[in-house]
Amino acid sequence: MSDFKHIIAKRKRQDFLFNIVGILCTLVGILTLGALLADLLIDGLVRINWTFLTSFPSRFAERAGILSSWVGTLLIMIVTAATAVPLGVAAGIYLEEYARRNWVTNLIEINIANLAGVPSIIYGLMALSLLVYQFRLGQSVLTGGLTLAFLILPIVIVATREALRTIPQGIREAAYALGSTKWQVVRHHLLPYSLGGTMTGIIIALSRAIGETAPLITIGALTFIAFLPPPPIKGQAPFVSFEWLTSPFSVLPIQMFNWVSRPDQDFVVNAAGAGLVLIFVTLLLNAIAIAIRYRVRKRIKW
Amino acid sequence: MTMKEEFARVRVSQEISEGAGGTGDAPIKCQVEDLNFYYGKLQALRNINMVFPANQVTAIIGPSGCGKSTLVRCFNRIHDLYPETRYEGKIILQPSGINLIGPETDPLEMRMRMSMVFQKPNAFPKSVFENVAFGLRLREINGKDLSGRVEKALRAAALWDEVKDRLRESAYTLSGGQQQRLCIARALATEPEMLLFDEPTSALDPIATGKIESLIFELKKNVTVVIVTHNMQQAARVSDSTAFMYLGKLIEVAPTKKMFENPSNKLTEEYITGHFG
Repeated sequence: MSDFKHIIAKRKRQDFLFNIVGILCTLVGILTLGALLADLLIDGLVRINWTFLTSFPSRFAERAGILSSWVGTLLIMIVTAATAVPLGVAAGIYLEEYARRNWVTNLIEINIANLAGVPSIIYGLMALSLLVYQFRLGQSVLTGGLTLAFLILPIVIVATREALRTIPQGIREAAYALGSTKWQVVRHHLLPYSLGGTMTGIIIALSRAIGETAPLITIGALTFIAFLPPPPIKGQAPFVSFEWLTSPFSVLPIQMFNWVSRPDQDFVVNAAGAGLVLIFVTLLLNAIAIAIRYRVRKRIKW
Repeated sequence: MTMKEEFARVRVSQEISEGAGGTGDAPIKCQVEDLNFYYGKLQALRNINMVFPANQVTAIIGPSGCGKSTLVRCFNRIHDLYPETRYEGKIILQPSGINLIGPETDPLEMRMRMSMVFQKPNAFPKSVFENVAFGLRLREINGKDLSGRVEKALRAAALWDEVKDRLRESAYTLSGGQQQRLCIARALATEPEMLLFDEPTSALDPIATGKIESLIFELKKNVTVVIVTHNMQQAARVSDSTAFMYLGKLIEVAPTKKMFENPSNKLTEEYITGHFG
């Protein structure tokens, strides 16, 4: 019996030891993130005010603002989401539900997994030669949005497939047994039931795209822009305009990069301010993703 | 009476006409002829020949892996969802005479004419009402007809009184036994020619099982029932005739009473008395 006590005590020590190691490892991650945020807050918070959000960039640090870059970021994200979401979701559904398992689909699968790991600047190079030079789309909002759409497409496809895989096969069989066609199963069952997972994946992908700088610099995004793209709504018929798609643009991370690379310390403060806005939007997107996941999990338990 | 119906009225066999609860001259609902089934190279069903009398309950028993689920899943062509599955032989549905595994037959049509209740309750994560209504909507039944048919199906599945005030609630708020009866209602709503049960109570407690068994007994007034079960007492309780399968072969099919009291095959007797399986 005393032998047992000895062995138990030894194993409990090991347990305790890993507990300590685990806490330390977790702290490294959390503290780094916390320090980064605190640093940004200390530097940038002073610059966050209405004028900063509604002013164009300027030669004078205290007059400079992020209006053109946050509008640019917003427009790019709209184009990115509007292309990557339908393409990625449809491709994911096709691969998971329609495609026959053979060497071609296996090859496609491996390629998509690899694409998700390709450095973003490579996408920039591809977009430069394909979209800018080949299709002559210019260094525009459209080009920028499509570039980031290519970048996150594999993430959206993988997220869609993962979400579909969590649906039990019994649900599919039940729907087919009632006489559904494949499309009816997808439309009335698989799509709605996988929506939580898919949406989460889409938002995570967008929050990755929102911080991308390299590919947009590669295709020729501006670092200084003192005008807004033409508005999407017009006074006279047909009232909507897509002219903004062809407009040049800048985005928040590029604006930051531009400011950080200046010698004047005041511009570095501006960069911190822009960084705060960017982080806030990213955290907001992630919070939305978590909220959706939580709500869906509460509603659907397999 | 057409020739086909006349043909279908021919007595199934002497045995079935004497069967426990058998109806004498039982018309045939379905006959299986020389059925072989393959999962890729694996042959899961070997030369099955049997008939399913109309408005009776036929139980299929046998040890795990004997092919009983495979057989019942042929009837609604659910195997077609998976690659490299292959049927040989015929399953003739009466009175239409259609061969439901023939190459000319659309699996979708067979699924619209058959209904299946699965092993695990697999209600959709939708409301109680929408679960039952889904099959009807696929058949383009809408509006007032729809709610009438949903109610009728829920009543037939002995669930109406329990759910009539919570039709808009998620099906997942129901208990496991209620969910399985909801699946039965969903299966009944489309007024199928045959109702196929694939081990419907193996995930349920004895009380829920009892409810479903008495329900099956009621259902046969209107529909031909096939039930695959692991549970021999269940087969004895609910079925008119019982088929015993082993290693993909049909060993014996007889009226349930005879099957359990005086099986003609040695293997059947050993299985029923619990010597293997």
